[in-house]
Amino acid sequence: MTTTRVVVTGLGVMAPNGLGAENYWAATRNGKSGIGRITRFDPTGYPARLAGEVGGFAAEEHLPSRLIPQTDRMTRLALVAADWALADAGVRPSELAEFEMGVVTASSSGGFEFGQGELQNLWSKGSQYVSAYQSFAWFYAVNTGQISIRHAMRGPSGVLVSDQAGGLDALAQARRQIRKGSKLIVAGGVDASICPWGWVAQLASRRLSTSDDPDRAYLPFDAAACGHVPGEGGALLIVEDAQAARQRGVPTSYGEIAGYGCTFDPKPGSGRDSGLRQAIQLALHNAGLAPGEINVVFADAAALPALDRIKAAAITAIFGPYGVPVTAPKTMVGRLYSGGAALDLVTALLSIRDGLVPPTTNVSLAPDYGIDLVIEQPRVGVLSTALVVARGYGGFNSAMVVRAAE
Amino acid sequence: MSIREVTVEDLKRILRESGGANENVDLEGEMLDTDFDVLGYDSLVLLETAARITREYGVTLDDEAVTSARTPRRFLEFVNGG
Repeated sequence: MTTTRVVVTGLGVMAPNGLGAENYWAATRNGKSGIGRITRFDPTGYPARLAGEVGGFAAEEHLPSRLIPQTDRMTRLALVAADWALADAGVRPSELAEFEMGVVTASSSGGFEFGQGELQNLWSKGSQYVSAYQSFAWFYAVNTGQISIRHAMRGPSGVLVSDQAGGLDALAQARRQIRKGSKLIVAGGVDASICPWGWVAQLASRRLSTSDDPDRAYLPFDAAACGHVPGEGGALLIVEDAQAARQRGVPTSYGEIAGYGCTFDPKPGSGRDSGLRQAIQLALHNAGLAPGEINVVFADAAALPALDRIKAAAITAIFGPYGVPVTAPKTMVGRLYSGGAALDLVTALLSIRDGLVPPTTNVSLAPDYGIDLVIEQPRVGVLSTALVVARGYGGFNSAMVVRAAE
Repeated sequence: MSIREVTVEDLKRILRESGGANENVDLEGEMLDTDFDVLGYDSLVLLETAARITREYGVTLDDEAVTSARTPRRFLEFVNGG
């Protein structure tokens, strides 16, 4: 394995509290939430009624009309986020070698809203009313497919399906591909399943908050923790071989993907510990960093006491009680599933760039967790490393370390 | 074969609904003999178009025949039983 340095050179964000990386970051620094009562459909009668919706996005303003009939909302968000990331990185794909560029995304639900519509057509009108585009608009790899087609990126590509951990897994796979010879990978995740069918599927996890108060519904590490609020959106990042980026004329990057680790939990009921702690240790080891060299941890934030305890325990075991600042600004946007960890990684890079850790809004830290949770105000100071942690439903644990650009 | 004939205007409308409109192409001009690739409509769009025609006109169309029609003229000839 070579020690090719892999850096992030462009960001494209679709968040419930901001369209575009700078809008998202400005809102997040100021504690501005994008969570509210669902408007996409009437949530009356459902046990959970709040979500982080991406507002103000009109696909027709950003994409050619040809792509509209054949794409689910999540693909439209992803295509535009990819466009923005490429523009941010100053990349014109047509000027680079096709087989040296690839796309790796994470997905947790595929095109649910599109699929729901076609199921409705099938059962209410008949099979002739099912769109030909259903053949691909629903599946998990479609964001990768559409992005790679749009930009003629014919290099190694793929999709990771590991719920909230997927974003980190996709970025890790991007780094792997670059170390194997690819020059540039568009990587990250965007999810959108705020539709009745998607909602019912999410409710089945029994992890959704049933509160109606946007400021009291999603409270990780708080004594009143009662589940999470789902959201839509995510982020796509341009990941490059550091050398290739320099040759392209990019003077600096947002930072380096320095380390990664992942584990899978043991079978429930086995009595064995979650693999989360080990995932973090693997990431630190992979980055060649000691716990004391990590400046901030972006937590996964399930906001259910049993799960919060596992997280806090893993963090304190490695960093010591109150040993490192911990934050979960996702209280402002919700859990974005495959988009969540990608957005956390963007947040980590911007925190390093600007020397500011955004707060975990609305939360009063419960005393028994022993973590130094950043609440109420952002915390200012020089940051050069960050750890992002993500856990996916079903047992996925992933951790990634990013480091400031040289 | 369909009872109502599918006109050029009908086809243009259904193509637009199925596959959007290529900004670089003028569907209003002479396009009957322009290759679908040039117009920006791939085989999936043609399948989607055929499905909509089936719904609106009641005629069932063979998938392979549909996707082998290279131009709007050929497509209409096939659909209208030419």
